[in-house]
Amino acid sequence: MAGLPDPMVPSPLRVQRVRRETYDTFTLELEPANGADGFSFAAGQFNMLYAFGVGEVPISISGDPTKPQTLVHTVRSVGAVTQAICKLKRGDVLGVRGPFGSHWPVEEAAGGDVVIVAGGIGLAPLRPVIYYLLSNREKYGRLALVYGARTLQDLLYNPELEKWRGHFDLAVEVTVDTAAASYRGNVGVVTTLIPRVQFDPLQTAVMVCGPEVMMRFTLRELEARGIGPENIFMSMERNMKCAVGFCGHCQFGPTFICKDGPVFRYDQIQAFFAKREV
Amino acid sequence: MGSSSLDTELAVLERDHLQLLLDILGKRGYRVVGPTVRDRAVVYDDLASVTDLPVGWTDEQDGGIYRLKRRNDGALFGYAVGPDSWKKFLHPPVVRLWRDKTGGNGFQLVEEDEGVPRFAFIGVRPCELHAIAIQDKVLLNGKYRDPSYEARRQGLFVLALNCGHAGGTCFCASMNTGPKATFGFDLALTEVLEADRHYFVVEIGTELGAEILREVPHKAASQAEKATAEGIVAKTAGQMGRRMYTTGIKDLLYRNYESPHWSDVAKLCLTCGNCTMVCPTCFCTTVEDVTDLAGEHAERWRKWDSCFTMDFSYIHGGSVRASPMARYRQWMTHKLATWIDQFGTSGCVGCGRCITWCPVAIDITEEVNAIRRSERGS
Ligand SMILES: Cc1cc2nc3c(=O)[nH]c(=O)nc-3n(C[C@H](O)[C@H](O)[C@H](O)COP(=O)(O)OP(=O)(O)OC[C@H]3O[C@@H](n4cnc5c(N)ncnc54)[C@H](O)[C@@H]3O)c2cc1C
Ligand code: SF4
Ligand code: SF4
Repeated sequence: MAGLPDPMVPSPLRVQRVRRETYDTFTLELEPANGADGFSFAAGQFNMLYAFGVGEVPISISGDPTKPQTLVHTVRSVGAVTQAICKLKRGDVLGVRGPFGSHWPVEEAAGGDVVIVAGGIGLAPLRPVIYYLLSNREKYGRLALVYGARTLQDLLYNPELEKWRGHFDLAVEVTVDTAAASYRGNVGVVTTLIPRVQFDPLQTAVMVCGPEVMMRFTLRELEARGIGPENIFMSMERNMKCAVGFCGHCQFGPTFICKDGPVFRYDQIQAFFAKREV
Repeated sequence: MGSSSLDTELAVLERDHLQLLLDILGKRGYRVVGPTVRDRAVVYDDLASVTDLPVGWTDEQDGGIYRLKRRNDGALFGYAVGPDSWKKFLHPPVVRLWRDKTGGNGFQLVEEDEGVPRFAFIGVRPCELHAIAIQDKVLLNGKYRDPSYEARRQGLFVLALNCGHAGGTCFCASMNTGPKATFGFDLALTEVLEADRHYFVVEIGTELGAEILREVPHKAASQAEKATAEGIVAKTAGQMGRRMYTTGIKDLLYRNYESPHWSDVAKLCLTCGNCTMVCPTCFCTTVEDVTDLAGEHAERWRKWDSCFTMDFSYIHGGSVRASPMARYRQWMTHKLATWIDQFGTSGCVGCGRCITWCPVAIDITEEVNAIRRSERGS
């Protein structure tokens, strides 16, 4: 199943379905406008999405890698381009280039435990991992998802979260930063949940995506639990204009997030991650 | 490139026959571009004739200083590099990447296919050959190839020039990029001015170069002429205006990423981005998506960008490199350290442009020295 024809020029894809996840976040299902093939990708990769005449931004693929017929993106409206994307309706056309970048090590993690730590929209690039793990459940040890959002209104994929909670062999821990006093679930930042998760520190792959501060604190907690930097994977974010290594915007120390990342093994970027304004 | 058939002997071309060479390139369909004087600087632009070259000019360069001066001879290439570099042709400041054929909903975008001229570059300095080779690595040698650069780069003819004059801010000798051309040219000239004679010693780099040389009067160079040309380059090597001690430079900058020294230079830096615009290897760009007034036809334009702007590192919530310290550090660390990890080569060729054209005379060679000193001092 081939990808899109040109890495430099957006191909038109038609919106088949729009799901409102929260007040500012929408999930779009896309199909090729010209009836071409599906769209194969690896969990963690991203596309450049072009809103006609407005601009283009990097957005992770949030769908199921084993179902490449539809391309799925979850977009949080924060500025001009994401706003235009979130306004699209069924039948509208969106420009797509991709897929780009590295992916989560789902195959390499087989045989051990997997812990997923997501903050906010950071759950979007990790959802393909959850799909993959659940459809290959027998290959893994313990599985855990730790997810934090600012408020209850910010939680993504609520119906699926419920479904995943129902899986006896997937531990799901959800927290919100603030909630009404009557709320009976976890309240607090996502890192407070990490001590609860059960895993074997020597045989665990941890996959982390969220705001940079959240990742910093998560790394500290993981270190305290005895996980080495070579077992931690994280997805990084920087300004990006081309996604093919030419525009220079996404440099992070010696790496280009678009082609060496966005998913890195922590020890590959550890030296620079500890520094400010990189 | 079958080097076996190449004439490895050096040739001599008289000054008065250089025009013929330009004519032949023109007849072969090349757009001939090279140095010429405009707005009191040597810039690169179309050359109709040898007289368009900066005949009898030289320059005085230092930190923040550039001045053209008269020479007392008729040298054609008696100056160092100016504010332009060849990237203005190969990686233009503004290009349209694609446009929309149909308009509106259900768009069909077509890659820019406007005819690209075949360039003949006249008087490419050795450091600039290295700069072109570096941009080749960035834009052609990775997983993706930049089609716009590739189209311009493909049919390029290069007439290189071994330097007979080092500028006040040149340090190619430190960077191993000059003052003699060693690769990447079709023909390379060394300009020789004697009391009663003005000629070029010519080295042939490619079969195409040999073919073109055969069409103009030339003769084999004598031992004396070869020695003269060598002497000129050797003398230039000894006249470098600047010097950079490069041993261990990558580790030096990585070690000093958080050195307080960066704040010292940031106090001076205006973050104007001049240094990135004049640098022959800086490749960063941004894009602008535009539509016509009716919003029906869209285009994407690509423009040179600079890591000194706030927008460059903007992500939702703010710029990552908000302080001038972080932006200067990014630029210099990229040039001299991270570039090596990214592309297996330094990002600096020692052309000195960033020193000359910095309005506050910040000097990359001096910054390296200062970091070395700060290490020894503390
Ligand atoms: C690899 C990667 C994956 C991403 N995945 C998702 C995802 O799945 N869902 C989602 O909602 N968001 C994702 N983002 C963030 C998303 O790209 C930004 O929210 C978006 O670029 C904001 O653009 P805007 O025009 O709406 O906002 P504005 O604030 O108006 O941005 C102006 C310009 O700045 C740049 N920019 C601003 N914020 C960012 C940013 N955070 N990252 C990169 N460039 C930025 C863009 O070039 C943008 O055009 C991802 C970012 C990266 C790098
Ligand atoms: S960094 Fe300065 S000296 Fe080095 S190549 Fe660029 S402009 Fe020339
Ligand atoms: S170093 Fe000089 S040229 Fe470069 S941004 Fe700073 S002030 Fe401008």
